[in-house]
Amino acid sequence: MHIDEIKNGLVLDHIKAGKSMKIYNYLELDKLDCVVAIIKNVSSKKMGKKDIIKIDAEIEVDVDILGYIDPGITVDVIKDGKLVEKRHLELPEKVCNVIHCKNPRCITSTEQGLQQMFKLTDKANGIYRCIYCESKAKHGSLL
Amino acid sequence: MKNLISILDLSLEEIDELIATANDIIENPVKYSEKCHGKKMATLFFEPSTRTRLSFEAAMYELGGNVLGFSEANSSSASKGESVADTVKVVSYYADIITMRHPKEGAPLVASMNATVPIINAGDGGHNHPTQTLTDLLTIKREMGRFDNLTIGLCGDLKFGRTVHSLVQAMMRYNNVKFVMISPDELKIPEYLKQELIDAGVEFTETTDLEKAMPELDILYMTRVQRERFFNEADYIRLKDSYILTSEKLLAAKADMRVLHPLPRVNEISLDVDDDIRAAYFRQACNGKYIRMALILKLLGVE
Repeated sequence: MHIDEIKNGLVLDHIKAGKSMKIYNYLELDKLDCVVAIIKNVSSKKMGKKDIIKIDAEIEVDVDILGYIDPGITVDVIKDGKLVEKRHLELPEKVCNVIHCKNPRCITSTEQGLQQMFKLTDKANGIYRCIYCESKAKHGSLL
Repeated sequence: MKNLISILDLSLEEIDELIATANDIIENPVKYSEKCHGKKMATLFFEPSTRTRLSFEAAMYELGGNVLGFSEANSSSASKGESVADTVKVVSYYADIITMRHPKEGAPLVASMNATVPIINAGDGGHNHPTQTLTDLLTIKREMGRFDNLTIGLCGDLKFGRTVHSLVQAMMRYNNVKFVMISPDELKIPEYLKQELIDAGVEFTETTDLEKAMPELDILYMTRVQRERFFNEADYIRLKDSYILTSEKLLAAKADMRVLHPLPRVNEISLDVDDDIRAAYFRQACNGKYIRMALILKLLGVE
């Protein structure tokens, strides 16, 4: 199957096979009117199978969300058909309105207009805690 | 320091400073009797807690200040659905400092993000209660004269007891402190806290037997084992007496050991223990007022 090379834009590579639609939704790529290709189950030496998303426009993606969802994803920046930058992601220190606190006793369950904020408290195990009630959301709970 | 939301907001130096001020207040109460003249403290108690509220109010009055507020959510605008953020924005215009108790965890943090005056967390659900921990620390310092080289027994409900969790987190920062966790299997300390102790290399043991643990303890921190925490009635009946402290059980304890309890007590310490010099829980309640005075002074920036 052939998918056109992109000229100026981004390639999100090394997405776990089958997870590309989730990432498409979290990054709200449906709002773009440029060409977006979702390629599923591509053979990969490293991963066996992987997904790739190609975006044919120079946009800024929220690398914090992406890093939280899967720090193994790489972001390739393409300019004039050439790879000019390969960004490796990390777990972000804080994520805003990505994870929702499930603790019914947390103030986020009642207070209007309060942002859902989680902070990384244990990098080795990827554990995030609600900044208000300190309830745990294990990393990767979105996928 | 602008607010007190969690005990971990305080460095060891800040805790030392608060304790030194509290001790000075105890020695020289007259010196402090007008320190907060003209200042107002708002006590926003969205759920009732007579003991904590009275302790804060007494503290402010003894500093020469005034107090306004409410003691249950029904008598506040929260019953009309006002947010915590809006409430404290408004109260910031009326008071110089706000003390808040709220049933929702994290409410005082939200308050501190929106108020223009200092916020003191007076308990947020089962989450934090830092002024209780400061009270416990002042009591340990006054009774034992030190924070290091102590073996601390924690007895009762170690799973849900927030005062126990905060005390462990505060005391594990000192040198050569050992913990003995005494509880039924159903009410052991949570895994995350155990992991914190292991990561920090702090020595602790777990046991179900209060009497066996007694001889090695420098401090015994008692909490109540509540009936509703048990899975079945038979277990509750089997275990409830083993976690009741009696003067007979105290015979095995060190002569200079101290018994602490955050109060209110129901039946977990029998009345005959009260007369023992080692029973420090009423002195502890008294200390609660003095440490809150020290905290109010610190947060208001009063020298």
